[in-house]
Amino acid sequence: MIGSVNLLIGLAMGLNLMALGSSRLPSVIRAMAVQGVALGLLPLLMSEHFELLVALAAVGTVIIKGFVIPHLLRRAMRAANIDREVEPLVGYVPSLLLGAAGTIAAVAVTYRLPLLPEHAHTLLVPGSLATIFTGFILLICRVKAISQVCGYLILENGIYLFGLLLIRSTPFLVESGILLDLTVGVFVIGIIADRIQRAFDSLDTRKLTVLRE
Amino acid sequence: MREDLLIILPFAGAILAWFWPTERTRPLLLPAVGLAHTALAFWLLAAPPAVAPGAWLGFDALSRALLPAVSLLFLVCAAYSVPYLRMRTERPNRVFVSLLLAILGLMSTAHQARHLGVLWIATEALTFAAVPLIHFNATARAFEATWKYLLIGGTGIALSLLGSFCLGYASLHGGGTGDLTFAALAAQGASLSGPWVTIAWVLLLAGYGTKMGLAPMHTWKPDVYGEASGVVGAILAGGVTTVAFTALLRVRTVVDAAGGSAMAARTLLAIGLFSMFVAALFLLGTRDFKRMLAYSSVEHMGILVIATALGRIGVWAALFHVWNNSVTKGSLFLSAGNIRRAAGARTADEVSGMFAVTPRSAAIFVAGMFAVTACPPFGPFFSELLVVRAAFAGGNWAAAAIFLGCLFLAFLGMTRLVFAVVDGRPRASAKQGPRQFRETAGLIVPPLVLLALSLWLGLATPSVLRDSWTAAANQVFPGP
Repeated sequence: MIGSVNLLIGLAMGLNLMALGSSRLPSVIRAMAVQGVALGLLPLLMSEHFELLVALAAVGTVIIKGFVIPHLLRRAMRAANIDREVEPLVGYVPSLLLGAAGTIAAVAVTYRLPLLPEHAHTLLVPGSLATIFTGFILLICRVKAISQVCGYLILENGIYLFGLLLIRSTPFLVESGILLDLTVGVFVIGIIADRIQRAFDSLDTRKLTVLRE
Repeated sequence: MREDLLIILPFAGAILAWFWPTERTRPLLLPAVGLAHTALAFWLLAAPPAVAPGAWLGFDALSRALLPAVSLLFLVCAAYSVPYLRMRTERPNRVFVSLLLAILGLMSTAHQARHLGVLWIATEALTFAAVPLIHFNATARAFEATWKYLLIGGTGIALSLLGSFCLGYASLHGGGTGDLTFAALAAQGASLSGPWVTIAWVLLLAGYGTKMGLAPMHTWKPDVYGEASGVVGAILAGGVTTVAFTALLRVRTVVDAAGGSAMAARTLLAIGLFSMFVAALFLLGTRDFKRMLAYSSVEHMGILVIATALGRIGVWAALFHVWNNSVTKGSLFLSAGNIRRAAGARTADEVSGMFAVTPRSAAIFVAGMFAVTACPPFGPFFSELLVVRAAFAGGNWAAAAIFLGCLFLAFLGMTRLVFAVVDGRPRASAKQGPRQFRETAGLIVPPLVLLALSLWLGLATPSVLRDSWTAAANQVFPGP
C-alpha cells in the first residue's frame, strides 16, 4: 500500500521537474494533467476499504484536473496562437536546478517536522512541499498567462497532497467544497486570460504594466 | 433560524436577480434585499440567538459585533447602485446585481463560520465572486487589475488553505478527532502540536492578510480599487476585508489557546506597523485619488491588526474601528466615484476645481477625508485614540510612536491630494463631457448617510454596540 502511494507521489515529483525544464506549453500542460491524475488516484489507495464518497471525489478530481482543465488551457493556447514560453524571467536550466534543490530541501525539512508515525514513512509531506515550491517558481518566473495558470494549478496540487494527511479525519463535505471552489477558480482564471488575450492581443503578462505608481 | 435567513435571503435574491426579466427594474432588488438583511442583522444584534457549541455556522458574539456593520454598508451601497446602474445602461447588469447579492450572502456565511473549512470555502468563493464586478467596466486596464487580483488573491487563498490543513494536522498530531470547529480546536489547547500551530499561523496570517491587503501582500489593492467602480470599491474595502479580519481573529483564539499568544501578538504588531508605514509612504506619493483610497485602506487594515496585538482593550478598539472604517470608507468611495465620473479622470494632473463642478460630492469627499484621517469628532478619531491608549497601557512606546508618525504622514499625503483635486479652476474636459454628470439625490444621499453615521459613531456610540464589542472581545480573549 505505502509502496504504491510513494510510487505515485514520486511520479508527481518527477513531473514537477518536467514542467520546470520544458519550454513548450503543451508539455507543461501535459505534466500538470498527468500529475493531477496521479494525485487524484491517491485517496483510493489510501482508504482501507472501498467508500463510495471517496471514490466519487477521486473520479471527480481525475476528470477535472486530468481532462477538463487541460482541455480549457489547450483551447486558450490555440486561440492565442502561442505554444512556447519565450524568454522566461529565469531560464529553464536554472529553474530546473532550483526545483531539484527545492526537492532535496523538502526531503531534508520533512525529517525535522513532527509527523505522526503513519505519515513519517510516506513521501506525502516532501512531495507536497516540493510541488508547492515548483508551483511558486512557475508563478514567479514565467511570463505567459497560461504558464502562470499551470504554476497555480501545480501549487494547488501540492496543497491537495498535503490535505491528504487529513483524509481520515476531515469530513467529505469540506473536501468537496474545496474541490468545487478550485474548479470555479480555474474557470474564472481561464475566462480572464481569454479577455486579456482579446484586450491586449497577447497573453504576455509583461504587457500588463499600465497600473503602477 | 433568523441567522440562517441572513445567508439564505441574499442567495435567493441572487437567483431571483439572475432570472429577472427586465434590465431597468432589476437593480431595485439590491436595496430590497439589503433592507431586509439589515433589519434582520440589527434585530439579531439587539436580541442575539443562542449558538450550539459544535455548530459550523452561528451568530456568535464575533459575528454579532461585526456583521451588522457590513450589512449596513451594503444597504447604503445598494441604494447608491440603483441610480449608478441607471447611468450605465450600456452595460448589462444581470451579472453585477446577482453577484453583488451573492457576495452579501457569502460575507454573511464567512462572518458566521465557526469551522475552519467552511470559513475557507466562503472566503475563496467571495474572492472569485468579486472578479466580474472588478472588470465590470471592461477596459484593458480593468482586465489588468483583475489578472493581478486573481494571481495574488489566488495565491493568498492557497496559502490560507495550506495553513488550515496545518492547523488541522496540529489537532490530529495532538490526538484530535478531526473536529475542525474553532471551539473544538481551542478546547484542545496546549495539546495541539506547537510547531504545526506556528506554521499554520504564519501561513494563515499571510493568506488572510493578502485578502485584507496587509503590506507586503497589498499590491493588488491599488489596482483593483482604482479600476473598480465606487460601489464595488466600497464593498471590497468595507465588507470583504472585514471578513478576512474576522478570520484572523478566530484563528487567533486557537493560537492563543495553544500557547502561541506572545508570538501571534508580535507578528501582528510587526505586520501592522509595516503596513501603516508602507501605506503612509505611498500616500505621500500617489497622484491618483482612487488609488489613494486603496493605500488608505492598507493603512486602516494595519491599524486593525496592530490593535488586535494589544490585548483585550485593543481588540475592543479594533471592533469599533471596523465599524468606523466601513462607514467612512464607504462614504469616500461613493463620493470619489461621483467626482471621477464628473471629471472623466482620476489623477491630480488631470482633475482640479471639483468644488465648482460637483460641489456636494466634493464637500462629502473632503469631510470624509478628515474623518478617515482621524480628525475629531468623527468615529475613527475615537477608535484610534483607544488603540494608542492600549499601546501606552501595555508599555509599547515605540509602537505608539510609529503609529502616530504614520498617521501624521498619511494625513499630509491625503490632504495634499484631496485639495489638489477639489480646489483651483476646473479643467475644460470636466465641463464638456459626452454626457454631463448631474448630482442627483440618489448619488449624494448615500455617501452623506455614511458620513453622518461616522459622525454619530464618534459622538454617541450606542450602548448595544459597546456591549456587543465587549462580548466579542471576551470571546477572542477568554479567561480573566
